[in-house]
Amino acid sequence: MGTPKAGQQFLDETGGISRFVGRFFYEVVRPRYEIKEFLRQCYLVGYRSLPLIGLTGFIMGLVLTMQLRPSMITYGVEAQLPAMVSVSIVREIGPVITALIFAGKIGSSIGAELGSMRVTEQIDAMEVSGTNPFKYLVVTRVLASTLMLPLLAVLSDVISLYGAYLGVNIRGNTSMSLFISQVFHIIEFNDVLPAIIKTYFFGFAVGIVGCYKGYFSSKGTEGVGRSANSAVVISSLLVFILDLLAVQLIDVLGIN
Amino acid sequence: MKAAEATYQEGISADPQGQVLTVSGLKKKFGKNEVLKDFNLVLNKGESLVVLGRSGSGKSVLIKCIIGLMTQDAGTINVLGNDVAKLNKEGLEALRGRVGFLFQSNALYDSMSVRENLEFPLRRHSGKSIEELDKKATDALKNVGLAHTIDMMPAELSGGMQKRVALARTLIMNPEIMLYDEPTTGLDPITGKEISTLIVDIQKKYNTSSITISHDMKCVETIADRIIVLIEGRCYAEGTYESLRASKDERIKQFFE
Repeated sequence: MGTPKAGQQFLDETGGISRFVGRFFYEVVRPRYEIKEFLRQCYLVGYRSLPLIGLTGFIMGLVLTMQLRPSMITYGVEAQLPAMVSVSIVREIGPVITALIFAGKIGSSIGAELGSMRVTEQIDAMEVSGTNPFKYLVVTRVLASTLMLPLLAVLSDVISLYGAYLGVNIRGNTSMSLFISQVFHIIEFNDVLPAIIKTYFFGFAVGIVGCYKGYFSSKGTEGVGRSANSAVVISSLLVFILDLLAVQLIDVLGIN
Repeated sequence: MKAAEATYQEGISADPQGQVLTVSGLKKKFGKNEVLKDFNLVLNKGESLVVLGRSGSGKSVLIKCIIGLMTQDAGTINVLGNDVAKLNKEGLEALRGRVGFLFQSNALYDSMSVRENLEFPLRRHSGKSIEELDKKATDALKNVGLAHTIDMMPAELSGGMQKRVALARTLIMNPEIMLYDEPTTGLDPITGKEISTLIVDIQKKYNTSSITISHDMKCVETIADRIIVLIEGRCYAEGTYESLRASKDERIKQFFE
């Protein structure tokens, strides 16, 4: 009977992640604080993701503008193209696409790194040497993911908007100042704040799932591959689920 | 304060009988597979004890229970005057500072250089200056004949060199007891012999007591003061290398063939 077994696996996994999250909040407030390792992870997670996030952001803005233009012309609102693109990017596409790229790059790398450390007994060695591996490896990585993704999303939004500006000017002639004024005319604080807040949750989800899959990796090198893979799949799925919940919440709170 | 928090004993190095480590009635099972069934062991101060057994016989489980990486189902493990199962997290960390563990896979942190690997445990517990840490790391590497590798990454070292660096990392904390998990597995016979000789030298130089898990008889012959044969989760036989080699028991003879 496949279904009951799959259901049990799902419940086991959910319970495991819940306990892992609980332990994270327990360990994060207790000394000792691994500041140096946390800063190192911020550099690895944030700075090193910048070229990929920047490039995808630029392409996203450019392509979105070029794809929207024909429809906008059809309805005779081509002049509203910068406003339309900027709202799409800032409210939804920027945070979600950045989070998905982040899950692919950082989620998999955390899953593979911790998985490899588990199967080569490096995590045990850390424990034996009197270091709390959960605090040193998990807390630092999850915090770095949580704090770096919003920054990356903001940068991605800015680069996307520049891509959109170039996209607008491929078949038109709009000055930078006019483009910026149209963007800021339409975008409000209520567009930016919820979009930024949800990226903290996306970052936390990517970090915690990557660490969970890696920390409990088993079955040798095959297990490491599986950890990296499932870290990406689960965290990407969680990004969409969290986005859905965020949209519902924003709607209920009336900050649309 | 929990009762267990008061149990860590800082100063005890051996009991009045000269025993630094005792294991009594140890039981451990995984699912239905009972790997250790009422296992007993005593380690005397300055002694090199080898636990001999086939693959999957529970040897590694035994030393992981001793260091607290696994929890036994029943029985008592007393290390340097401390009941391991009753120690709280802080007590266990303090005890681990006095017990060295050489992993079968070496377990060097592959994102750190040799220097960082060696300094990692010291940096976090000793509060020494950078110069002192460097000196300690260099001295530890000199003891294993690898001072020139200090700025290399673990991936740049051969298997034997990695084993030596892992040994240096363990010794840097000046442990009173050493636990070796199959120290010569995966090494060629010449390097294996070098590692075995190094273990004997370290035993004398640092005056440690040690438990070695192995089924490499060349290594066992070089390092063992006493041998315990672990079969079916129990202490099947005990003696010196020579006495066990002379045994007529078929199950013991298998190890020497």
